Amino acid sequence: MKIINGLLLIAFGALLVYASLGLPDRGVVDAVMHREKSPAGSQGASSYYIRNADKDANTPNMVTVILADYRGYDTLGEETVILTAGLICFLVLRRKKNKS
Amino acid sequence: MLRYKSNLIILMVRHVVCPFIMLFALYVIFHGHYSPGGGFQGGTIMAASLLLMRLAAGREIAQLQFKSILATPLGSIGVLIYFGTGFTALLSGGEFLNYRFLPFAGFTAAELRSLGILMVEIGVGLAVMAILVAIYDDLLEGYPND
Repeated sequence: MKIINGLLLIAFGALLVYASLGLPDRGVVDAVMHREKSPAGSQGASSYYIRNADKDANTPNMVTVILADYRGYDTLGEETVILTAGLICFLVLRRKKNKS
Repeated sequence: MLRYKSNLIILMVRHVVCPFIMLFALYVIFHGHYSPGGGFQGGTIMAASLLLMRLAAGREIAQLQFKSILATPLGSIGVLIYFGTGFTALLSGGEFLNYRFLPFAGFTAAELRSLGILMVEIGVGLAVMAILVAIYDDLLEGYPND
């Protein structure tokens, strides 16, 4: 059984490596995800962020602007997830004090 | 089980290192506008300094620095800062989390957005710091000499 599991893992890893060969290289301008417009012809969001992040929020760090301003809902959800994890640890691991 | 014994070298190193880690955490949070960093990273570094106190000096002494009963309310306050920023923008005429509508006079729209990002990052840092310390304290619940 262990041998079968190992073989399955190796086969899946080989499949992933083979699939990664089809990705475009870093920094290729003509790749679909690096183009300014999507294949359907609509404007992509990333070029807007790169051009307007500093102007919109007066903040040179583009990542911070995207994380906290353009994608504020996402960060709110992440923070709620962290709070929920802490509360669940509190509920599961704390023991009631014995009044003896 | 190993019992905790006080060690002079560990205590002195913690004395020296702990304030610098806290200062670096504040730097990472407040300089997130200009360099890599932000609320999550800064909160984690701040929690690392508090956990260093708990590891080095033991639980009873570390309570003097940061009481473990404070951790969960502080995490909730951090989330409430984030929600409150969003709702302040909502109540003063904009959309939820649209920092341009924050009710502070004398700022341009871009500066208001920058200010809103800073408030949000402070909330995130507070929540992450408090929750990490709370998880550590919950895991050690019940061990006598931790």
